[in-house]
Amino acid sequence: MKSIFWIAKREMGSFLYSPIFYVVTTVFLVLYSFLFFAILSDFSQASLQAAPQAAALQKAGYSINANEMVIVPSLGNMSVILLFIIPLITMRSFAEERKNKTFALLLSSPVHLGEIVAGKFLACFAIAAFMILLSSYSIIMITMLGEPEWGPIFSGYLGVLLMTGCYIAMGVFASSLTDNQIVAAVIGFGLAFLMWLMALPAQNADTGIGTILEYLSLGSHLEPFLKGIVDSSDLTYYLSFMAFVLFITYRVLDSRRWR
Amino acid sequence: MIEVEHLTKNYGPRPAIKDLSFQINPGEVVGFLGPNGAGKTTTMNILTCILPATEGKARVCGFDTFDQSLEIRKVIGYLPETPPLYQDMVVSKFLEFSAGLRHVPKKKIAAAVDRVLERCGLGDVRHRIIGRLSKGYQQRVGLAQAMIHDPKILILDEPTIGLDPIQIIEIRKLIQELGTAHTILLSSHILPEVTQICQRVIIINEGEIVAMDTLDGLNASMRHSRRLELKVRHSTDGIQGKLEGLHQVLSVQTRGQNLFVIESKPDVQLQDEVARLALDQQWGIEELKPMDMTLEDIFLKLTTEEKDVKETQV
Repeated sequence: MKSIFWIAKREMGSFLYSPIFYVVTTVFLVLYSFLFFAILSDFSQASLQAAPQAAALQKAGYSINANEMVIVPSLGNMSVILLFIIPLITMRSFAEERKNKTFALLLSSPVHLGEIVAGKFLACFAIAAFMILLSSYSIIMITMLGEPEWGPIFSGYLGVLLMTGCYIAMGVFASSLTDNQIVAAVIGFGLAFLMWLMALPAQNADTGIGTILEYLSLGSHLEPFLKGIVDSSDLTYYLSFMAFVLFITYRVLDSRRWR
Repeated sequence: MIEVEHLTKNYGPRPAIKDLSFQINPGEVVGFLGPNGAGKTTTMNILTCILPATEGKARVCGFDTFDQSLEIRKVIGYLPETPPLYQDMVVSKFLEFSAGLRHVPKKKIAAAVDRVLERCGLGDVRHRIIGRLSKGYQQRVGLAQAMIHDPKILILDEPTIGLDPIQIIEIRKLIQELGTAHTILLSSHILPEVTQICQRVIIINEGEIVAMDTLDGLNASMRHSRRLELKVRHSTDGIQGKLEGLHQVLSVQTRGQNLFVIESKPDVQLQDEVARLALDQQWGIEELKPMDMTLEDIFLKLTTEEKDVKETQV
């Protein structure tokens, strides 16, 4: 177990030395903030217009709230931006080790292959979580402007983190396939995008297949979290998704030794 | 310490090593010699549990490379041909990382790092980034990484490749010192290196062992004849003929104007007679010395003989 810690620590350290991390974090924050402020200005416009009839609207059962109109779409946007960003974080994990021939050090050390995979995954996850944490300045801004409900915020962030974990698992998997980082990033992005779009043809498919596609889609499991619902089936979906993809990664690395 | 029995590894249909068997005893420094592509790295990768063998068994410290690889990896230190260095790390941090990976207890890591830094002469560069170091220093960091957990066995794949002559001498000296406390298997295609460092040599060519002996043993077994080298000042015609005329001389070759190689049976002493002849004829002796077979000769002889056999089979 200690080996996981050592591997994750080294991986994170080398992120902090590489320009990739800073560029990716900046791009992520710029994109997120841009969309966040667009949503925020929409929201303030809407609340300004609604202000004179506030009492009437409330009577009719409508309400304008920051949770639904700002935080939910912002987190939704974030999950899409991460789709593009995460493969750039995961692309190096195994590809770089192979290219620089440093993998021999890990393989000839008394470390289980599973520990190597876990260490790589955790390092990428910590980096991504840090990026997401930086973006939470937007939530603090909202708390200064209004009184959002905390429940859906936490569950929403939990959902985004779980989804990110799935992106990372796929990215690490892609990186285990090749020693070219760009190839790894493209495959990682392709896989993540495909899993995210999975529900798209569901409406036109047979009900059976449609349900399966809907279930497999990464996006459809995020919505309940954003609404504040933490369903065990969604949790199970995300966790088993990660475990499964990481297991395949382990098998790929193991089989590459045999050629 | 290391036992290899009938080891075979195929890459696809192409065999990299064929039916390799050898043993290395505790405390030995063994040279693993062969031309590029002979299968040295493959064998080392199997011994360090990076690759599984196709057939055969390899045991290190009594542990099987296939079933008990984690146990083996605790007691070996491996320096691959390309040192596995994270270019963006500081030397001391990298060594701490290697120590952690090798299960060095946390309290002992700092001491272990200091020890290998001193041992490998890295004290001055401990705070520098690995990628900025010269090749020689990088090689030393690679070596330091391999010995951070004080392993019983060191496996070094071409430890002096790509270094300049001074660095080569330093690394060789270091390996010689290490040889007193560790069992070392070292591969090389540079022959003098092996002559200097190793007690025993395993020569491998195209995946097969062609010879395995101590240096003296190899010399003796390869010596089907005894050779003398004679260098004279005055080159006159007929020297070759007169030398050939001597009793018990098998052949005389000329090398250049006034250099002759005289070959005789292994149990004959010819120096006196050659000297007498040279003095009588007033050739002017510049040099007269017995020629030992260098490892180069042995190596070439073994590897090319091997080829001859194969060609006749075809």
